[in-house]
Amino acid sequence: MKGHRTIRAAMKALRRNPMRAMLTTLGIIIGVGAVIAMMEIGTGSSSAIQKAISSMGANVLLVMPGTAASGGVSFGEGSVMTLTPQDCEVILRDCPSVRIAAPAVRARTQVVYGNRNWVPSSIYGTTQGFLGVRDWAVAEGEAFTDRDVLNSNRVCVLGQTLVRQLFEGASPLGKEIRVKNISFRVVGVLASKGANMMGMDQDDILLAPWTTIKYRVTGSALVNTNQSASSSTSTAVNTLSNLYSSSGPSLYPDRSDVQAADNPMPVRFSNIDQILAAAKTSAEIPTAIGQVTALLHERHHIRPGEADDFTIRDMTEMSKTLSSTTMLMTNLLLCVALISLVVGGVGIMNIMLVSVTERTREIGLRMAVGARSRDILRQFLVEAIVLCLVGGAMGILLGHGGSSLVRRFLHWPVQTSPTAIAAAVLVSASVGIVFGFYPAWKASRLDPIEALRYE
Amino acid sequence: MELIELRDVHKTYYIGDISVPVLKGISLTVAPGELVALMGASGSGKSTLMNILGCLDRPSSGEYWLDGQETSRLSSDQRALVRNRKLGFVFQNFNLLPRTSALENVAMPLSYTAEHLSDRQARQRAEEMLCRVGLQDRMDHEPSQLSGGQQQRVAIARALVNHPSLLFADEPTGNLDSHTSEEVLAMFQQLNQADGITIIVVTHDASVAEHTRRVIHIHDGVIVNGAPAAGARPGGVA
Repeated sequence: MKGHRTIRAAMKALRRNPMRAMLTTLGIIIGVGAVIAMMEIGTGSSSAIQKAISSMGANVLLVMPGTAASGGVSFGEGSVMTLTPQDCEVILRDCPSVRIAAPAVRARTQVVYGNRNWVPSSIYGTTQGFLGVRDWAVAEGEAFTDRDVLNSNRVCVLGQTLVRQLFEGASPLGKEIRVKNISFRVVGVLASKGANMMGMDQDDILLAPWTTIKYRVTGSALVNTNQSASSSTSTAVNTLSNLYSSSGPSLYPDRSDVQAADNPMPVRFSNIDQILAAAKTSAEIPTAIGQVTALLHERHHIRPGEADDFTIRDMTEMSKTLSSTTMLMTNLLLCVALISLVVGGVGIMNIMLVSVTERTREIGLRMAVGARSRDILRQFLVEAIVLCLVGGAMGILLGHGGSSLVRRFLHWPVQTSPTAIAAAVLVSASVGIVFGFYPAWKASRLDPIEALRYE
Repeated sequence: MELIELRDVHKTYYIGDISVPVLKGISLTVAPGELVALMGASGSGKSTLMNILGCLDRPSSGEYWLDGQETSRLSSDQRALVRNRKLGFVFQNFNLLPRTSALENVAMPLSYTAEHLSDRQARQRAEEMLCRVGLQDRMDHEPSQLSGGQQQRVAIARALVNHPSLLFADEPTGNLDSHTSEEVLAMFQQLNQADGITIIVVTHDASVAEHTRRVIHIHDGVIVNGAPAAGARPGGVA
């Protein structure tokens, strides 16, 4: 019997009893529908969870300057100044796997408001991108802007702990605080993040434009100012040598030291303490690392075989947690999927067995007019598969519709999963084969004489 | 050459350890173009004989030559092929597929033929057969919309669709009233005379047997009345 004829015969046979065919497929429809809905809602929630975890900084790459060494004594990461703010801009521009990047300059010093003072565990000079990298919201007020960065404006955003320590519950917005005798206007307060995985308070933080921190507050690299609460009032302007100069002769006459001290403008080439970059997804972290490495090799003229003048760190522990969470979710859903499909398959088998018994005479007749047992086997198998596939298709629609409703009315995160749909089709076909085989085999083993005489 | 030739055919059923001989040495020949009635009381073995003749069953011993082919040792698939190519069946209870049009019922055996007809050819062939049994205006009717006589005619058309050389009718009039019985039997006679199809009618009704030209009586698994050509000649070739 030709393939398409078998399928047509199966369709006809099923249409002879549409109600029963419908009820039979109901098991598969509900099974596949549940699987699709679960998968879509599940992957939605799982990606929401992933997003939540990555907001903890799981996707963050930390680019640190390299290590200085002198006479066999190395000074540890960040002891040379090799990163420039331009590196950061180019990383953001040229690395497709990097979602956002921000330069960072660190300081550790005293912050004063009125008669209170506090040394926050971290003072970051950065750009607005920092908040993007860390997925950090501003609870009150607003973040400083790129214009503030460009103009080294004395504005800052405070973490909750710092606000509590300095302001005792009063709103800090618009207030002036002093950092090493430079006054900053508080423009925003960060949302609370609590402790990080190491137990360090993340809210004990002050963010300001990196130009301001660099040129007005520290005036030099991190290594030199790493003593806490340094009382030095150094306002020396950083005029680092042009590390990676590629420009020609300058258009304007060089400014004198006096001019520079009077008017601290961002120097075009200066170093920063680190670059924070966020990969687009946790899966893209290795790609992003590769892209950033290649880019920095090129920018820093590092030949193959030469030691890097930078290091890149990622949050391996967190990304491991992340992938294991995802894995757990997927496996859980898979178990549920399998159980419901097996239940649906048993339903198919049950009804197909009834159908074989009921159509014993038909089977006898078909055998009498020349159907071989494999023709009968194929006919019933194809019927079961057609039932399962139709059920699978309807189940996909049902599941997709269901998850759309959930998104619409319950606002749960939902994600359409083409793999789940493909798997559902595949699984429903195999359910048809597996659970349709026994009844079909039973039908094919019938004796035509007995079958014809069957009442 | 004979169309059917049985040589000393035995059939024994085994129920547990007890053997039940049903056919006890049947020898029989049927020439092409004959219209034969196979008669016997219930339990006489006529159904068993007809199953063997129809290649639905195999004899326990003996030989069965059908159209020059020894069929008693064929596998079930090979017998299916023989049934499809050479034999047609008409049953007492019509055995039409429910909720399926007359046309599709008739075309059903074509889906198993080895020669692959196109769908249109198959349809044409089925239409032709329905015209031949006088149901050209009932092609799209389902069995439930047809009378008993019409249903049996659909069944005859189905039996003829593969152009068999041999047609078996198992109590073809058992479920019909006397008037439609006459019609159906007349159709058998017409098919036999006009188209030269060999027909074997199994019946216990003497009035049905009257419509045939030769009657074979079976009693307790042996042929009691061989009638003209056959005779109980073990191993004999007519």
